[in-house]
Amino acid sequence: MSEMTSMARDFSHYIRHPAPGLDRMELAVEGMNCAGCMSKIERGLKELPQITLARANLTDRRVALEWNSGTLDPSRVVDRLTELGYKSYPFEVNEAEKAEAERAGNLLRYLGVAAFAAMNVMMLSVPIWTSTDLDMTWEQRDFFHWLSAVIALPAAVYAGQPFFRSALSALRAKQTNMDVPISIGIVLAMGISLVETYQHAEHAYFDAVLMLIAFLLAGRYLDQKMRLRVRAVAANLTALKAETAAKMIGEGEVREVPIAAVQAGDIILLRPGERCGVDAVVIDGCSDVDQSLVTGESRPARVEQGAVVYSGTLNLSGALRLRVTEPADTSLLAGIERLLDNANQARSRYVRLADRASRVYAPVVHAVALVTMIGWVLAGASWHDAIVIAISVLIITCPCALGLAIPAVQTVASGAMFKSGLLLQSGDAIERLAACDTVVFDKTGTLTSPELDVANARMVPDDVLALAGRLALTSGHPMAAAVARATKAQFVVPGAREIAGQGVVADMDGREIRLGSPAFCDAQNVADEVARSEPDASIVAFADGDARYALAVRQLLREGAAGVVADLQREGLSVEIMSGDRESAVRAAANALNVRRWRAGTNPAEKFDAIEEMKGDGRRILMVGDGVNDAPALAAAHASIAPITASHLSQNIADIVFLGGRLDPLVAAIRLARKARRLMSQNLWLAVGYNLLAVPIAIAGLTTPLVAALAMSGSSLIVIMNALRGSRADAEGAAWKF
Amino acid sequence: MEVLVILVPAALMLGLAGLAAFLWSLKSGQFDDLDGAPWRALRDDE
Repeated sequence: MSEMTSMARDFSHYIRHPAPGLDRMELAVEGMNCAGCMSKIERGLKELPQITLARANLTDRRVALEWNSGTLDPSRVVDRLTELGYKSYPFEVNEAEKAEAERAGNLLRYLGVAAFAAMNVMMLSVPIWTSTDLDMTWEQRDFFHWLSAVIALPAAVYAGQPFFRSALSALRAKQTNMDVPISIGIVLAMGISLVETYQHAEHAYFDAVLMLIAFLLAGRYLDQKMRLRVRAVAANLTALKAETAAKMIGEGEVREVPIAAVQAGDIILLRPGERCGVDAVVIDGCSDVDQSLVTGESRPARVEQGAVVYSGTLNLSGALRLRVTEPADTSLLAGIERLLDNANQARSRYVRLADRASRVYAPVVHAVALVTMIGWVLAGASWHDAIVIAISVLIITCPCALGLAIPAVQTVASGAMFKSGLLLQSGDAIERLAACDTVVFDKTGTLTSPELDVANARMVPDDVLALAGRLALTSGHPMAAAVARATKAQFVVPGAREIAGQGVVADMDGREIRLGSPAFCDAQNVADEVARSEPDASIVAFADGDARYALAVRQLLREGAAGVVADLQREGLSVEIMSGDRESAVRAAANALNVRRWRAGTNPAEKFDAIEEMKGDGRRILMVGDGVNDAPALAAAHASIAPITASHLSQNIADIVFLGGRLDPLVAAIRLARKARRLMSQNLWLAVGYNLLAVPIAIAGLTTPLVAALAMSGSSLIVIMNALRGSRADAEGAAWKF
Repeated sequence: MEVLVILVPAALMLGLAGLAAFLWSLKSGQFDDLDGAPWRALRDDE
């Protein structure tokens, strides 16, 4: 570790220049939870005299810094924050988050305009509604109507843009969505109000139009805000992983650069214990590597000159010099790309609940309006009156409640998921997740914890294990690190020294203690014995004087995994395991978890085919996986979840990413999704019920603007209140603090 | 009813002023950190 921190860190990739001579950098900060932290960080950073601006953002958990170009080494800032007790890492706002932030800003601006206009028009409408012919002349009423029109028309054109745009793009693709009837409603209501005003009529609906727009925008803004928050947290977590590479610059000079700054053709150095963040070819060196994140195979593989090392590979034993073939964001296991294309086509066929509802809603409502018009004409009414009544039907059924029914639930549910440690990445995932009847787990890194652990810890006396752990602290080797972590060791053994490639040795009260390869500890016999009972583990030997011990190091099942599997089965889901690992390892896991159906040794294409086959049988699959080899299956499944430790590719594809070392968020995800799905259909039925009450009034020609305004806000409120019931998260989900 | 000549423009102007203030606060980043801003107001070192 000491070698790593002393290497020069190059953060120039993250520096922006907002003005000439000015450097700006943003950092994600872990543990900034309160106002006290905020002050402490800002004050602590301003103690660096070069800093001209330090501003913490408590919502995003980030700090923005500015200084005069060239006066400050940015790594000083990271060190300063470490001194203050906060882990931090420079940060690059990605395009997706920028776009989401801009959309949220726009929605808030539209909402402000719509709300302003609605309030002012309401101020003019209330006198009209409450007046009689005695206290208001028709000239005054016309004047108020014209004033309303002057406010409402530009406001509706401006603030209605999100609906018009979305409706137009849907129509261009020869489809409909909820925004089509909304847009038709806005345009018709606006048009009829203008015509009526021109003809000195009694009723105009400017206030109703603006209220509709404001309500819908409020719903969309909250939804967008939640989405932005989830994305910001995900981006922070990615930044705080601090993925770096040791890049070779010229002869012998090595510099630690962020993985995002590594390009194809660069030469990098991969030391034991490091995870490779790019696809690369070995130039020289040979080593054992753990490719479980790539292939699912948990047994180390040997690589030599000319071998390909994929992103996500953990280097175990020797240093490797690599030439980068694919930089971090395009890194892909060969052949995965084609599978992904197929899978994404299949998934895009899913039609959201809201769009399905609007496909029924729009024709029905428009037909009812038409029939109403014809009916009134046949009954002897004038064309003018018939048209006004028909449009009032459209206004009163204006999909206010319908437009909020699903987004409101979605916003509340993704908020509840967020609290349970689940980051929802795609909006319609809740609906799809709720429909799943089968969970397919990957094994390595998903059911098992991605970190190595000591499997036979119970067979070794506690004090021996504790001493081995302390000795392991001195070594940088991944196996030793696993021993140190598993034993929760904190204090190094004084005088311990590492012998490269073999192990660690120290003197303890006059006797020699050693930790390392069985040969190094002279413990071949004990090691062979343990290896027989733990065939999938790597053996670390420990010698204390004359006593010999062998520790079996491998990935263990995540804590509480069996309970989670049982909970999922209790929820009525059938659970299966599909792994790229060997049969013996998969069978052991399946037995421990009481899972009857499992497949071992599957490659990415076989996983994909298996998912397709199950889908063909009419089953809805929830795929849970982390590796690059799971990516096509994740994309093909009806819904997908990945742990935060997953490969970049799988994380990007998954609908939901869960945090933490336990699987419990999965149960919370299923329960919350099913609850949300119930609330969504309840809301749709509430909206239908509202229409059944309101439409006959409109058909009868009894609608006044006052009735329209009351009905609209009333129905919206009911739908929102019902959606809020989804915020009471189940107690099972661990509460997460970010 | 002549009072309308004063009241209506006054009401609209006030509304517009409110809208302008909102748009300005939005543009100057006052909605960027809704969790941190209330605490900043309580700080006495700035």
